[in-house]
Amino acid sequence: MAVYKRTYAAYQGSFTPAWSRFMILHRYSFARLWQSRFLVMFFMASFFYPLGCVAYIYLSNNLSVLSSFGIPAPLSNFLKVDSSLFLYFCWVQGAFAYLLTAFIGPSLVSPDLVNGAMPLYLCRPFSRAEYVLGKMSVLIFLLSVVTWIPGLILFVIQASLAGWEWTTANAWIAGALMLGMLVWITVLSLIALAVSAWVKWKIAAGGLVLGVFFAGAGFGTALNSVMRTQYGTLLNLTQVMYTIWSQLFRVGTTEGISARSAWICLAVVCAICLWMLLKRVRPFEVVK
Amino acid sequence: MDHPVIELAGLSVRFGNRDILKDLRVSLTGRTIGLLGPNGAGKSTLIQTLLGFVPLSGGSASIFGHDIRHQTRELRALVGYMPENDAFIANLTAVSFIRMMGELAGLPPEAALERAHEVLFYVGLGEARYRLLGTYSLGMKQLAKLAQAIVHGPRLLILDEPTNGLDPPARIRMIRLIKEMKDTGRMHIVLCSHLLRDVEETCEEVLILKKGRIVHYSNLEEERRANKRFVELETVGEEKDFTGALTAMGCECVAAGFGRIKAVLPPDFELREIYRLAAERDLQLRRLNYRRDTLEDIFLKAMEA
Repeated sequence: MAVYKRTYAAYQGSFTPAWSRFMILHRYSFARLWQSRFLVMFFMASFFYPLGCVAYIYLSNNLSVLSSFGIPAPLSNFLKVDSSLFLYFCWVQGAFAYLLTAFIGPSLVSPDLVNGAMPLYLCRPFSRAEYVLGKMSVLIFLLSVVTWIPGLILFVIQASLAGWEWTTANAWIAGALMLGMLVWITVLSLIALAVSAWVKWKIAAGGLVLGVFFAGAGFGTALNSVMRTQYGTLLNLTQVMYTIWSQLFRVGTTEGISARSAWICLAVVCAICLWMLLKRVRPFEVVK
Repeated sequence: MDHPVIELAGLSVRFGNRDILKDLRVSLTGRTIGLLGPNGAGKSTLIQTLLGFVPLSGGSASIFGHDIRHQTRELRALVGYMPENDAFIANLTAVSFIRMMGELAGLPPEAALERAHEVLFYVGLGEARYRLLGTYSLGMKQLAKLAQAIVHGPRLLILDEPTNGLDPPARIRMIRLIKEMKDTGRMHIVLCSHLLRDVEETCEEVLILKKGRIVHYSNLEEERRANKRFVELETVGEEKDFTGALTAMGCECVAAGFGRIKAVLPPDFELREIYRLAAERDLQLRRLNYRRDTLEDIFLKAMEA
């Protein structure tokens, strides 16, 4: 129908497959996110550390370069690439992912709830699960780009420089890196979406995402001191995640909680977040 | 085989211990269906139930033969919904918003963009389509809601209080759009409104709810035909004999006092007979109002029932 006619005509064309529709939210959310210059700058900044790691890996595999700069051999021998390097990588990039989540997460669900747009999504052939998946995929994709994808690239660079023997002996590091980071970004995404669904004011929601970690850590430490136990650490999600990374990267940890407790803790956090989303992502508000 | 637009078979909905909809049974086939009732009658709940938002506590319902419990996805592809309350994304332009809604309904991105432009022009927001929805006036938001409901060309359009908060010109425009869409013959419309005039102007069938029950169902066209011989008279003089004469000729008369008479005329009755009977009795006819039974009359009767 030509615009100038301005009469109603029904759509008679083809339709897209139902399984792909969650990506629509992903696309529109991205378009909105990249309008923020701060986000673009912060996103770029999150690649500095991986670039530093690339330089480190190159130097550790090319010690002759250091010698040519006059750096003594004992110091050169200090440079080595093992699971600890990738654990630190997780730690640093995990922190970037956390800050990115606090910035992006609140703007995902709350704008739809503030002005009651939820029934418009859900009156279409589009489920609540697809809605959550669509919004979550924004964070998962963005955080993947700053976490496990550069991590795997680092691993590939190291493998190409160190040779087949190192690669076969350390292939598990790639798996640990990917699994560890995917768990972290899933937890972050769920927390951010749940907070965004419950706190409509974006700034407050961003603050709350940060607060969940800081307040949890503080409260956990206080609980440990008062109750003389180690279970308060379970409230410190950063420490919980570090425990899991340590287990995955086969590095010992001094904290009292076991890796098993840490996994259970994260599962509980994810379940709570899903429950919170289930309560809020619905086509109408239940007023009691 | 043609299925009814909406078929309710003992549909019941319960929130906690409270019955919201009770054993609704009706088959609606009209092109435009009005849903009427006082506040809290269950109109919006019925709409939300039909859309699959609210679980049924009993009975069943179908839209174009699709069961609302088991074929929700197929059903939603056929339906466009304009909610009563504000429903928009403030920081999106109208064209982006409508395009996204079109894509979510299954339109390919290019087709959705084209349709978004078309429907925005159609509803009268063409010049404002690149403005953020958050900057729209209430009337414009209503039109944007209508645009998102029709962007994918639904077979059934559900409008929940579409003229809420509109000024008279905007209301007239909205009613005109609804009539136009009805007249295309491609779309069935369910109009839920408190405003009897809106329903009367646009609907063929009316379902009146009260306290979660259907208290009246009528085909307005048939009602109009059935009540076309309905007169209101205002007389001066001795009316008793006159009403007696009318009754003897098969009219159903009700004297409302002060010379006012309401009479339902039999099919073969000619209006000139009224003048003749009045002249014979030297009765002054100050007013003769020939009118059909209005929706207001139907509604008030249903509420009294």
